[in-house]
Amino acid sequence: MTGTEEEKPAAQRRSTVRSLLRLWPYVRPVRGRFLGAVAVATTASAMSLVIPLALKWIVDGPIADKDPSGVWLGGLALLVLGVLEAGLFGVRRMMVAGPLTGVEARMRAALYRRLQRLPVSFHDQWPSGQLLSRGTTDLMLLRIFLAFGVTFLVVNGLTIALGFVILLLQQWTLGLVLLAPVVPLVILCRYFEVSYSRAARTAQDQVGDLTTVVEESVLGIRVIKGFGQHRGQERAFAELSARLRGTEMHKARLLGVLWGLIMALPEVAIGAALMLGMVQVADDHLTAGALVAFLSTALALRWPVESIGFLLAIANDAAAATDRYMQVMDAPLPSPDPAAPATAEPPLPGDGLRMTGVEFRYPDAPPEAPPVLRGIDLHIRTGETMALVGATGSGKTTLTALIPRLHEATAGRITLDGQDIAALPRERLRRLVSVAFEEPTLFSASAGENVLMGTDEAREEELLRALAVAQADFVHDLPEGHRTQVGEQGLSLSGGQRQRLALARAVVGRPRFLVLDDPLSALDVHTEALVERALREVLATTTALVVAHRPSTVLLADRVALLSRGRIAAVGTHQELLHSNREYARLMSGQEHHPQAEGDARR
Amino acid sequence: MTTSVSDQPSATEDHTGQTPDPRTADAVSQDVLHVPKGASLALLRSLLAPARGRVRLTVLVLLLQQAAVQAGPLLVAYAIDRGVPAVRRHDYGPLIAVGTAYLGCALASGLLMHAYIQISARVGQNALLDLRGRIFRHAQTLSVDFHERYTSGRLISRATTDIESLRELLNDGLQELMGIAVSLFLVSVTLIWLDWETGVVALLSFTPLWLLVRWYGRRSLVIHRNKSTAIAAVIVKFTETINGIRPVQAFRRERVNDAHFDRLNSRHRETNRAAMTAMAWYVMTSRLVCNVSLAGIVVWGAYRVADGGLALGVLAAAVLYLRRLYDPVDQLGMFLNSYQSAAASLEKIAGLLAQRPSVPEPAAPRPLPNRPAARPGREVSFRGVSFAYRTGGEVLPRFDLTLPAGQTVAVVGSTGAGKSTLAKLLARFYDPTEGEVLLDGVPLRELSGPDLRRGVVMVTQEAFLFSGTIAENIAIGRPDATRADIERAAKAIGAHDFITAMPEGYDTDVRKRGGRISAGQRQLVSFARALLADPAVLILDEATSSLDIPGEQAVQRAMHTVLRGRTAVIIAHRLSTVEIADRVLVMSHGRIVEDGPPAELIAGTGRFSELHRAWRESVV
Repeated sequence: MTGTEEEKPAAQRRSTVRSLLRLWPYVRPVRGRFLGAVAVATTASAMSLVIPLALKWIVDGPIADKDPSGVWLGGLALLVLGVLEAGLFGVRRMMVAGPLTGVEARMRAALYRRLQRLPVSFHDQWPSGQLLSRGTTDLMLLRIFLAFGVTFLVVNGLTIALGFVILLLQQWTLGLVLLAPVVPLVILCRYFEVSYSRAARTAQDQVGDLTTVVEESVLGIRVIKGFGQHRGQERAFAELSARLRGTEMHKARLLGVLWGLIMALPEVAIGAALMLGMVQVADDHLTAGALVAFLSTALALRWPVESIGFLLAIANDAAAATDRYMQVMDAPLPSPDPAAPATAEPPLPGDGLRMTGVEFRYPDAPPEAPPVLRGIDLHIRTGETMALVGATGSGKTTLTALIPRLHEATAGRITLDGQDIAALPRERLRRLVSVAFEEPTLFSASAGENVLMGTDEAREEELLRALAVAQADFVHDLPEGHRTQVGEQGLSLSGGQRQRLALARAVVGRPRFLVLDDPLSALDVHTEALVERALREVLATTTALVVAHRPSTVLLADRVALLSRGRIAAVGTHQELLHSNREYARLMSGQEHHPQAEGDARR
Repeated sequence: MTTSVSDQPSATEDHTGQTPDPRTADAVSQDVLHVPKGASLALLRSLLAPARGRVRLTVLVLLLQQAAVQAGPLLVAYAIDRGVPAVRRHDYGPLIAVGTAYLGCALASGLLMHAYIQISARVGQNALLDLRGRIFRHAQTLSVDFHERYTSGRLISRATTDIESLRELLNDGLQELMGIAVSLFLVSVTLIWLDWETGVVALLSFTPLWLLVRWYGRRSLVIHRNKSTAIAAVIVKFTETINGIRPVQAFRRERVNDAHFDRLNSRHRETNRAAMTAMAWYVMTSRLVCNVSLAGIVVWGAYRVADGGLALGVLAAAVLYLRRLYDPVDQLGMFLNSYQSAAASLEKIAGLLAQRPSVPEPAAPRPLPNRPAARPGREVSFRGVSFAYRTGGEVLPRFDLTLPAGQTVAVVGSTGAGKSTLAKLLARFYDPTEGEVLLDGVPLRELSGPDLRRGVVMVTQEAFLFSGTIAENIAIGRPDATRADIERAAKAIGAHDFITAMPEGYDTDVRKRGGRISAGQRQLVSFARALLADPAVLILDEATSSLDIPGEQAVQRAMHTVLRGRTAVIIAHRLSTVEIADRVLVMSHGRIVEDGPPAELIAGTGRFSELHRAWRESVV
């Protein structure tokens, strides 16, 4: 529920217009249609101004003259104008329906694409609700703005300008009276823009925070149920939604002032013009008809002027939405893949996985904090399995994330068969390296698809082999076998079942390099033994790094590396380390801290 | 038995698929929950009910505001007809009167608008606050099983995008509707007063308009229903990707996901396009009807003027009012659009709110008997309990079991044996299909929520951390705990050291679900939660799976002291847990096949002694 603070970097506020101009690249592909629609809308509203004039002409002309043919002609003209007006109204909307919904969809797709490619460190820092709200409510605000806001700002602006020209031409003295409120209104709008856009941004950020709380309340539902309730979360939800309500009320207050003044000031001017006009008519400086014509033009401008209030609000909401959207789109992508695979380094087949002087610190870590990993030198020979052992929180998982470049090492290098992974295109690197994560995540797809994600060839026999290795034969007993939907939108599987599927996914493509993060933690003893037996065969043909907490898992490995406080403290076989390294012995048996278990020699 | 048919848990855990498919045509997972008839309107009414007075006030304010606005042209007419001649006679009274009246109307329209926006915002925002809270709280009462099928994405969609469409309606809808109604009323009264024949004919032209409105209303409701479903699907995909970003990138899912997302996204786009196109047709045809009627009435009026049946001035005025009569037709379209959008969303929300929890709170809860201070645990008994999924697959055949107060019981057995189900029945994640689970003789379903959680707490293997600090996460166990309590719990479980090693210690923000806190550390935090909760019965379901051996031993030592006298049920694959147990239950295919003190079972020849031997070999 924190997090929003650091999402407003430097709190520098772009002006509304500058923010909105950043939408241009997305609107550009449909600019023809878009500008066409604005033109059509302008024509349509000109038409709306012409129709009253035509009415007046018919009434004062043919009808007053009792000229039947003129009446029919006038009626026909009116009909033609009316049909045209209706047609233009419809055409405008139809012209933009496709392109503008397309703009929204493209922006959403672009956001999604970007998020998929932003580094894991970015995702670690952003609550998912904030990202999601950018892709939903913010883009909806933008659609509203593009579909109506822009068009009517232009159209109504033009209408007002044109109206004033007509007014000044009709009666310049009275016209000037009506122009008087423009200055205070412009000042008012500027003031409004500043405060309102700040409030709009706050409201949208708060929606993002609320989204996060709602999401967590579902993802953490087992904890909430297990403990009855999460009062902190409930309080956070209540506070956040109350705060959001407060922000919305603040917006309403600003809008109320703006709208009230926008309604009242021009009317006051019209009232003044009316009084002045009456005197002029009485003095015969002006005909009554001319005054009526002048005032009806002025009244016709009422709606365009009033609309400025909510159009400004829409524009500011959209500007805040754009800023929020761009904040993600501006986040730097990881360094692009090298254009050509580094030819400087000839691959050394059979060199295995080598880490040299690898250091890692989180990008947002304070500068004085020690790196999470430093001076890591580790060599896993081709075909070898290395177990990685270390106390909870020693950086094992972080180390494994460096190999497929989910995080980028901040110093040193990692090579696979002599090739620096930093020089490999990510796509290729990740095809070489397969990972089973500590937390087995299944996607909403069939069980089989979830496994075959690990490979480019989707052969049934490969699938069956992988399922067999991972002892995931339970898949065959699912309602639709391996075609059963699993994941969030499918059957929920137990932790052990998910872990076995994730393991199958890691081994399915017979990867050259395999990284397994505590792959057997959720399995029962019996299944674990079966998986180990099958896994041994797989490990014999691949170069593997296996994070292990238990001797049984360590025994899968040829050698063991002990990670301690960010460094590799020792490398050797299980037996060697057990005898030579106190920390290792403690991690594997816990004896130092648990003397009463000493009687149990095998532990 | 009160369990409803629709809300029984689906296949949720360790059973190797002996159930028929629980998902095909499942309303929950397809996002088509049954909505009771009229539920969405009833929901809207109940949201606005507390603001009944304010709603009336907004109507009044808006009426006055419209009156002030509509007075303008009348004042102009008066000024020309009466004021000008008076001024010519040097009688400035009418001039001043008109001027003052106009000024008054101008100020009144501004002030009333200001007031209206404030009041209606209050009405709208209070309703939204209320609804957000209802969704959130209701979601928390629904069972784990429901959430597993409904997905977080859909719930998010209900609480954000669906709320948003209601917000649009409440923000502008009432104003639009009232504006339409008032101006229709005033203009038609004026028209009829000017010339009743013109007025009546003009009103007749509303018949085709009404048909059009009906067509459009129906069409847009259908479109918006699809739209609400479509955006929910987009959100589900979005959240799934973001939450699984590591495997997404590691397994190069980006392009496949792009394509899938594009499909969902364009489905949503199509609904948007359809909504805009339907609106375009409505606006065009309605305008057409209006303009054709206008031309007709003018020509007809001309003939009446020629016949002397109508004064020219009256026709001139009537014609100008006619244009204004038709003005709100567009706005009506906008209103219908936002109304139907909100109606579709309210339907979805009402469907969610109509879901009854499968484990409901009792209407008249029974208190737990007081327990002596010396006896921290409570007795648990399963009486004639059996459990089957709603699709019929039986997981636990009927059994009886009593766990005396203070006993530590280890439950072992292979995957799918029903251990987790047993635990979930005891924690009342589910209710049994038959029989009762009793805590000190009181059936769990008769306990109030707070009593139940003081009685039974369950720690699962998925140690979820909420955003907030580590201290806040531990405090979930007991919200009123002091910092000292929290630290004591963390120390007892061996979590204190890693917590204090973090940059801000207990105040470290775990960020988005603790990206940087290892699985083992998360399990320690969730253990600390459980210790702090201090329940009479503690259930640990695979709660140590990610701990290293020293960590697990620290936990066991803590358990040794903490569990003394407390009733505990421990499910673990690692049989090391058994060493602290007084009693072991071995489960197989939903039945308890062995039951006794660990030493006795190990010495015997049953499954447990076999399992134990296998485990011994695995920890070499």
